[in-house]
Amino acid sequence: MLALTYDVGNIWLDALLGLLAIVALMTVSTFMLIWLERKIAARIQMRLGPMRTGPYGLLQTIADALKLIGKEDLRPKTADRWVFELAPFAVFVPTFTAFVAIPFTRDWAIAFLDLGLFYVIAVTGLSFVGFLMAGWASDNKYALLGGMRAAAQLISYEVPMVVTLVAVAMVAGSLNLSEIVLFQGRVPLFVWQPLGFFIFIVAALAELERQPFDIPTAESEVVGGPFIEYSGIRWSMFFLASYTGLMIYSLLGAVVFLGGWEWPLGTEAGLWLQLLLIFFKTSLFIAFFMWVRFSLVRLRIDQLMSYCWKVLIPLAFLQVLLNGFVLVYGWPDGMLLVTSGAGLALAMYIIYRAVDTEPRELRMVPARGGGSSVQPATADATGFE
Amino acid sequence: MVQEQQLETVDINVNMGPQHPSTHGVFRMVLTIDGERVVDVEPHIGYMHRGAEKLSENMDYRAAIGFQDRTDYLAQFLNEQAYCMAVEKLLELAVPERTEYIRVILCELNRITSHFMFLGAFGIDLGYFGTSFTYGFRERERIQDIFEEVTGERMMYGYFRPGGLAWDVPDNFVQMIRDVLPHARQGLNDLDVLMTQNEIVAARTKGIGAMSAEDSVNWGLSGPMLRAAGIDWDLRKDKPYSIYDRFDYDIPVGSHGDVFDRYLVRLEEARQSIRIVEQALDQLPDGPIMPEKMPRRLRGPEAEVYAAVEGPRGEYGIYIVSKGGDKPYRLKIRPPSFCNLSALRDMTVGNYVADAVAILGSIDIVLCDVDR
Repeated sequence: MLALTYDVGNIWLDALLGLLAIVALMTVSTFMLIWLERKIAARIQMRLGPMRTGPYGLLQTIADALKLIGKEDLRPKTADRWVFELAPFAVFVPTFTAFVAIPFTRDWAIAFLDLGLFYVIAVTGLSFVGFLMAGWASDNKYALLGGMRAAAQLISYEVPMVVTLVAVAMVAGSLNLSEIVLFQGRVPLFVWQPLGFFIFIVAALAELERQPFDIPTAESEVVGGPFIEYSGIRWSMFFLASYTGLMIYSLLGAVVFLGGWEWPLGTEAGLWLQLLLIFFKTSLFIAFFMWVRFSLVRLRIDQLMSYCWKVLIPLAFLQVLLNGFVLVYGWPDGMLLVTSGAGLALAMYIIYRAVDTEPRELRMVPARGGGSSVQPATADATGFE
Repeated sequence: MVQEQQLETVDINVNMGPQHPSTHGVFRMVLTIDGERVVDVEPHIGYMHRGAEKLSENMDYRAAIGFQDRTDYLAQFLNEQAYCMAVEKLLELAVPERTEYIRVILCELNRITSHFMFLGAFGIDLGYFGTSFTYGFRERERIQDIFEEVTGERMMYGYFRPGGLAWDVPDNFVQMIRDVLPHARQGLNDLDVLMTQNEIVAARTKGIGAMSAEDSVNWGLSGPMLRAAGIDWDLRKDKPYSIYDRFDYDIPVGSHGDVFDRYLVRLEEARQSIRIVEQALDQLPDGPIMPEKMPRRLRGPEAEVYAAVEGPRGEYGIYIVSKGGDKPYRLKIRPPSFCNLSALRDMTVGNYVADAVAILGSIDIVLCDVDR
């Protein structure tokens, strides 16, 4: 992240500085994101949100974190000790390491990897192991149910996510995130590939386990799912991982689809402008994810799975096919936009058809003057009075 | 090592409740699930049993009003109305005109608050992160403030008396309610916009937990559950009590009997309650609130009476057996939640775990009402 890291020259010191930078960034951004989420939730729900701790409740998250650190780290007696205690790390470490490869500006990243996109996907895809471990080791049926749901959901939605990003890599001709940004140049990819962009957002929502895909941790069904037996610092590690995941997917979306730090200012923009751009684009994603969270209800697990396997994955392959046409037959970008847009319209139509959206009319039976004369026909048939 | 032949799948039992965020209190259901499918449901009730019926038998008729508030704690006025109606029937007390109107106004407002509570909690059961709840509670709170102003209490009102009311309403009673009703209507519209047109809500609720009209009657369901199944049975219309025959309103009746219809029926019912309140406010007469000749001690004759009101959850009935004296010999409450809950197994088996939560939410149980 810091140009400083390249100046030191000592590989161990570089690594250490990089780690410190990630940890600082993750912690600070998580604090801010939690505060922001609570404020957005409050605004949507016509409340004020945290107001007492610090100006506009800015210190609320810090107070909560201190409380969590002070809490007893409970472990059920029947839990599988090692698996239970390692599970938070198994969730935390993948999201943590994914941060390494994400560039923030042209010159700022912990590490510029040639296989950056591949690395980020591969590493974030590992976190389901931790959910499964937590669900299994807690020796709690809710946790087990939640862990199984998490595994099914995360693995399923990994597929459309990967396929759409493969489609991007095809046209960009590189897995290096910086080069993908450079490729987008004047017009970012979400314009040319609306279908891919849509699938990416949906899959990211599912990977993040946020509404309407918060099935693994569904509060009203499995009461927190895999996290049910966790408390204190271990629980907050899951929390930290989830908000870091939010950052990662938002950054990834901004870099891969919104033109990162270049569009619309071009390559000549200074460092601060680049930072401002990436911050703004990431915030757009984050605000969208939070907005969705508080305005939608949860899908059911079977609906979630069939939506993934029957709709998203075929359409993601459609995007790959279209990009293949671009590569092989040299389709102009406009053609890609039209076909991909048609795919997006198809996706919307499938959703529209799948759901019974027909408005229902209630029969209004007028009641006036003691309507005992209005005996329903069904009442006799069922022997009711 | 386990031989492959010995491996078998086992249904697991999940204890849902008594402490669970979506069992609406201390209800416990033992779900037998095969993966995500519900194979069997065994409801366990009684965690909230306080012996309201037995306690009422040891109090004189006036003192037992307090226990009626504490059965269905979301429809307190309606419980009091049912109890007072039973006692009035027993003692043959004539209730003054003004009292009837005030009772109807308060009961219908109470129905609105109860349905707001349902709409909010139902959204949470479906997965809203509190949004529907705050929408519902914002307007519920305004009506709750009126109840507090009138009765001095926010929850356990104890305001109705056999024959009348504890005291007259404050002077600004009519104006207060007129100010609140537009907000209530707006709140219902907000919830309508939030949930009715939502595709995910539709996908989660339409066709889930459907009960046919015949089954609903055979299970003894009442209230919105029964009306959602297509039977326009409403005690206010079919067995008119109090002064409900003076108002113009509609009984919303569904056609599918599923979770979505129950939600729709309740939403519309709250709107109709607003209509009733408006008409009652227009007609509210002046006059006494207690009968002219009220006995100091209420002594009932040897008789059996039953009085029922159409509560937000269904038929709430009070059955009193009197052997003379100032206490009932036996007091039986017919709780709508208990009867509606009895159909839970039929509705839930074969659905997903998530549906079980939605179905339980759509019954709109109050555990204090189930267990008494």
